[in-house]
Order: sequence, then structure tokens, then C-alpha cells
Amino acid sequence: MGKYALRYAVLGYLALLLVAPVAMVGYRTFQHGVSPVWDALSSHDAVQALKLSLLITVIAVPINVVFGISTGWLLARRRMPLPWLVNALINLPFAMSPVVVGLAVFVLYSRTGWIGTYLFSHGIPVLFTWKAMTIATIFVSLPFVVREVVPVLEELGSEQEQAAAVLGASTLQSFFRVTLPAIRWAVVYGTILTVARSLGEYGAVNIVSSNIVGQSLTLPLYVNNRINQLDPTAAYSAGLLLAVISLLILVGMTAFSSRRHVEADK
Amino acid sequence: MSIQVRDVSKSFGDFHALVDVTADIEPGHLTAVLGPSGGGKSTLLRIIAGLETADSGHVLIDGKDVTNVPARQRGIGFVFQHYAAFTHMTVWENVAFGLKIAKTSKPRIKERVAELLALVHLDGFASRYPAELSGGQRQRMALARALAVEPGLLLLDEPFGALDVKVRQELREWLRRLHDEVHTTTIFVTHDQEEAMEIADRIIVVNHGRIEQSGPPEDLYDRPANDFVMSFLGPVTTLGGQLVRPHDIHVSTRPTTGAHRATLERVVSLGFETRIVATPAGGGEPVTVQLTRNQVHELALEVGDTVYLNVPHVAAA
Amino acid sequence: MADTALARVPGRPRRWSLPRPVVAGVGPGLSVLYLSLLVGLPVAAVISQSAHHTFWSSVTQPHTRSVLEFTVLVALGAAVIDAVTGVALAWVLVRDDFPGKRIVNALIDLPFALPTIVAGLVLLSLYGPSSPVGVNVAGTRIAVLFALLFVTLPFVTRAVQPVLLTLERDVEDAAACLGARPWTIFRRIILPAILPATLTGASLAFARALGEFGSVVLISGNLPHTEIASQVIFQDVENGVPQSAAAIGVVLLGMALVIFLLLAFLTRRNAARHG
Repeated sequence: MGKYALRYAVLGYLALLLVAPVAMVGYRTFQHGVSPVWDALSSHDAVQALKLSLLITVIAVPINVVFGISTGWLLARRRMPLPWLVNALINLPFAMSPVVVGLAVFVLYSRTGWIGTYLFSHGIPVLFTWKAMTIATIFVSLPFVVREVVPVLEELGSEQEQAAAVLGASTLQSFFRVTLPAIRWAVVYGTILTVARSLGEYGAVNIVSSNIVGQSLTLPLYVNNRINQLDPTAAYSAGLLLAVISLLILVGMTAFSSRRHVEADK
Repeated sequence: MSIQVRDVSKSFGDFHALVDVTADIEPGHLTAVLGPSGGGKSTLLRIIAGLETADSGHVLIDGKDVTNVPARQRGIGFVFQHYAAFTHMTVWENVAFGLKIAKTSKPRIKERVAELLALVHLDGFASRYPAELSGGQRQRMALARALAVEPGLLLLDEPFGALDVKVRQELREWLRRLHDEVHTTTIFVTHDQEEAMEIADRIIVVNHGRIEQSGPPEDLYDRPANDFVMSFLGPVTTLGGQLVRPHDIHVSTRPTTGAHRATLERVVSLGFETRIVATPAGGGEPVTVQLTRNQVHELALEVGDTVYLNVPHVAAA
Repeated sequence: MADTALARVPGRPRRWSLPRPVVAGVGPGLSVLYLSLLVGLPVAAVISQSAHHTFWSSVTQPHTRSVLEFTVLVALGAAVIDAVTGVALAWVLVRDDFPGKRIVNALIDLPFALPTIVAGLVLLSLYGPSSPVGVNVAGTRIAVLFALLFVTLPFVTRAVQPVLLTLERDVEDAAACLGARPWTIFRRIILPAILPATLTGASLAFARALGEFGSVVLISGNLPHTEIASQVIFQDVENGVPQSAAAIGVVLLGMALVIFLLLAFLTRRNAARHG
């Protein structure tokens, strides 16, 4: 009896908080048929927002993957100077409000900022361009790959790398032939999380964007802009597009979450 | 290959794993490095392999100083206790790894891997993954992988430690036969004295980071340099304040010169062997003696009897 | 390999050894440099920006103060509700069995995958002005709580689930044989075991809620009484007073720091107890 009560209470909570609202977006989007949705998504402004989101993701993700794998490997295998500081810096983006991240990038690259002063005097604007938005995105999505890779590397141990070394492999050979294949699912999982965050970031990117429709909006910024401009069809269409991408990401997360740990070697 | 280890020391923090260790390993021999866990024997092996750097001292291979040569350039084979199998590669790929690194031609790799898989009796397992093998099979694969590059020196770090008793016994005999065929200079680390005694040509006993004694097994057993080596290499018991082997004690029911009087406490029959435990008359630790069943019958020993114990070549105190 | 027979040889003078090749330091050096430039420098810039004689007045100004109070309160409320629902969810997902359980389990991560602005949009569509169910909470403090509950949903569940999985059911069976009633078993045996994980999850949820922005902007209606700290930071930047924004930002940073230090302490103590 109690078992069923708890089960349905929990499922009901999930339904009200999660499932019903998400389903509602689908309903709202197609309320007036498919063609307005298509029109909204193929509009110049929507296409520009999608392109900018993709551009930022395409730059931010590889940078964070390469940084994440190399720093993760250094943390797990080599002696890092000031390891507590390195760990603190890696985890900071998770602990910070995205708006504060945006603010930090804003302050640093503004006309009077430490880096901004130099950039402006040399005619290289960064703030209010896609560059600042990309920097903010790299910042907020920095920890995902490192945090996936380090525990798996520690679980893996360095015996396979030692075996490769004794068999004549150089550090790079042993990394690419032995270590990377062994941690590949953790890398994939961390990459999926990085993509999700890069595509979906709102607060950090908002502060450093010039917020001009058709020019400097990412897809999430575009959603907000359309709501404020009382254009719900466009907002819901873009929102649904992002939701569908997230569902795909969720499928990816589910598929890889159990595979990312080291296969037991006993 | 001959190996010379000269005054090698190694510490981990304030733990001294090796202290001024000097050892010589003869080419073509099967040498066991024997000692209790934590005694430094694995560290010694890893320093010879180049997987660990000595704090001081030198390692010479065939007379050449290799102290600063990285592991990958030493041309050795290494077998790890927990196999260190490349989990994402098949058995075939595992064995071929070193050959691929050495840029061996494809047909030669095929030929060599097939040869080795036959040698370790894994012919039918080429396309399996390590996770699909038993512990013994995985260790044989690891051995094939190490031998593939035709190393001049084979190092095995507690190779059978993670296996169960029966498989361990099989692999041990198989390793000895393999060595007799291949003649590669081989060093293996073990904490199992029986394993060392059974297959090694020479044994180096390591304890507390130092070499206690080295030599052929029978020398170490019969002429141990100290109490530690004596008690580590075989069963011991105390008689008249001295360590002796239980099978060296002579038992008599009548007093003999220099014999210790004792009261028989227990008679344990173990088939062919019978073990008796007797308490010395003056008190002290009970003495264990190993006899054959026939000897016990001849002496008609029963619990409570007074017996006289002595070791023929050890004078009573 | 070191176990019982640790040999400790008393102090021998250390010998000189060659310094490790400089090359080995290049990787870590680059990594630290990159982190400092990307993360450390901007954070330092914010702290420096906030270090202004107006710091105290910005933070204690009546509106800002009430916003900070509400932010902490609503984040705390969300964390407490999460602790209860998160444990219930974890329990149902581990101990109960019903068709579609795997889908429900996967769904828990949806708030991690969904962009925060879409989370806000999602809530707005069902609980906003044109709500089909007639529940319009837009522009109320309840709406803010809803949004925070949505985005922090996975934290407690994902922290408690693995602990529940490893819990020995024998202990519960033994307690039941000794006559303990289900509630007593839960309170005396299960709760103490999952409490550290619950606290960890709830602290993470609290930290996340403190700085939340995207999911809140659409549904809170930008009204003075529903504003949370990140919204004020955003407006301050828009209004050209980054010093004030930086001051509030530093307060948020400080709170996050305290939470994470507390968490580190908690994990260490817990690890020491079970070590």
C-alpha cells in the first residue's frame, strides 16, 4: 500500500514538474499547425541564432575536450604544481553563477578592463562580439571533460601505460594507443555534457552579447528575445528545437553513462 | 643478458624501499627475488626495468650503464602481477603491440604472434578480449606479449600471485619448462618460498630493503646466512634457544648426550608424515618435530611420554 | 605494495640527484597558465572591480539586501524540498519496480540537458498567464521556487541513488526480524546511511539555485519582489554600474566558496569514517 502511494506520489511530482511542462512546449509550438513553426525556424533571425550557437559550440567543445583530456591526464599521472589551486580553478565554473561568469568576462574585456584596455587600443574588439560569447562559453563548460576523465584514469591505473612503455612505446604512443581508447567512453560522455552546456548557455553569454536580433543572438538568447517581443510562436519553435536537441543529448547520456567506467580487469 | 645492480637505494617519502642494494644476475639463469611483501623486491625489479628511478646507484645491463635509459629502450619483457592486459585490444592485438611499435613488417607480425600464441597454448583465443579469459589465460597472454619482442631479459613481478593454487602450480612448472626452451635471462619476484625453491636456479632473499643472502636454493636452505633466511625458506622450530628445522631433530625415548628432555603434548598424523609437539622440561616454547609414520611406530610414541630431543650437528647449550 | 612489514631506516643523508628534465614541467605549466588566464584572471578582475569604496553600500542597499535575503531563502527552500523529493525519487528508482522505470531514470537528467532558458519557457507554458490548467504563478515567488526545483531536480537523486544501491538489505531484514517497523527501519538504518549523500546533493542544489538565472527570467516577470541576485547583477551591468554588479557577484562567489569548503570538509570526514 505504502509502496504504491510513494511510487505514484513520486511519479506525480515528476509529471507536474518535468513531463507535463515539456510536453506543453510541444503542444504550444504546434498549436497553430506546422507551417508557422517552419516559417519561424527558417526566418533569417532564427537561422542566424542557430548558426551563432553552432559556431560557438564548434569552437568551445574541441578546446575543452583537448584541455580536459590533457589536464585530466596530468592531474592523474603527473605531479601538478599547486594541485589544490588547479582543482579549485577547474571546479570554479561549476560553483559560479553563469551571470557572474559573464560579468567576469565583461569586466576583464571591457574598455577599462585589464585585457580590454590593450585590445581596444589595438582595435581588436572582443566584448559584445561572438569572441567574448565564446570565451564565456568555454569558461562555463570547462569542467565537464576533466571531471569525467580524472576518476576513470585513476580507476584505470597506470599499469597498462607501464606495460606499453616496457614494450617500447613512447609516452605519446602509449597515450594514443592504450590510454585514450581505454577512457574513450568517459571522453564521449564528458563531450556530450560540454555540447549540451555550450548550446544551451544563457546567462554568461547574455551579459557579453550586444543582443542585436539577427546578428548577435544565440538560440537561447533568441528564445528570450522572442518572448519579450511577444512573438511566442518563434520563441516556442526555437525552444522546441533546443528541447529536441537536449532529448538527443539525454539519449546519448543514458547510452554512455554506464559504459564510461573501466571494464573490470579481474 | 647479465645484470649488475650497484649500490641502489630508493625511498618513497620516508619509507626506504631499497638500501644500498648490490646484486649480480647471471645470463641465462632463472633467478627468484624472494621476500616478504613490502620488503623491496618489486621495487628492485621495477628499477631494473626502468619503471622506477633509483635515488642513487647504478644498473648495468651487459656491462652498460642503463641507469638513465628509459624503460622503452632497455629491450626487456615485463610481466605484471595483475596482467596489465590492454583491455580494449584482443589477445592478438595485445601480443602484436610491441611488434607494431617496433615497426615490424605485417607478415612477420602475423607469423610471430601465431608462434607465441601456440607457445602459450592460446591458439584458439586470438580474437577474444582479455575480459573473456580466465586469470591463468590472461597471464599466459601477458607472457606472450612480453616475449613477442624477443627481450634479452624477462622480468616477472609476482606473476602468479593473483591466481588460485592449482593454476599457480601449473603455470609454475610451465614457466620452468619454457625457460629451459627459450633460455632468456629471467628474474621473477615472489613471496612464496616453495615457488622460488621449485623453479629458480638462484634465489636472492630481500627483506627490509636489503639483500639477506643469495645463491642456489639448496645452499640457502642448508646454509642460511641468518635466522631470517632460515625461517623464510622453510619450517623452523626452536630447540634449546636455537632455530632448527623440524625434520633435523632426532627423537629418542632414552636420554642421549646433549639431548633436551621434553614431554610429548600432541601427535598429529598427516599421512606419511607425522608431526609431534613436545614441551621442554625446563619450560619454554613447545618444539615441533617432523617424523615419518614408521619412526613414530618404532618409537611407540604416545601423548604424555618423556622424549629426548637433539640435533645431531648442533651441540646443546 | 607497502603493507605490514614497513621498514623504516633512520635518517640517512639525502644524496644529490639530477633535477627532473625541464620538459616534464612544460605540460603542467601550460595547463596552469591556461587555467589562470581563462578562469583565474576574469575572477580576479571581478573581485578587483568590486573592491571599491561603494562595496558595502551596494550590498546593503535596501533593495539589494531584500533580494539577497530572498535569494538565499528560496534557494534554501528548493534545497530542502529537493532533499525530500530526491530521496523519495532515489528510493522508488532503486527499490521499486514498474514498467518504464528506465525511462523515468533517464528523465531525471533532463534538467541537466535542457538549456535553462528552455526550462523557463517550459514552466511558463504550463504555469504562466495562458496556462491551460488555470494555474498562473508567473510573477510570483512560487514561480521562482518552481524554476529552481526544476533545474536542481537531479542533484539529490543522483547523489543518493548509488548509496542506496550498495546498502545491504540483510541489515534491514535483520532489523525487521527483530520486530522493527518499516518507519523505524528507515529512520534508524537507512536514513543515517544516506544522510551524507543527501546533504551533499542538497548543498550542490543550493549552490546551483543561488546563482540560477536562465530558468527564472521568463517566469519571474521581472518584478521587484521576485528578483534574485543574478537578475540584479544582470540589470546593474545593463545600467552601466558594473561595480555594484561585481559587489553582488563577489557575495555570491563567497557563498559558493563556503558551500564547497563545507562539502569538502563533509566528504573528508565521511571518507575518514568509512576509510
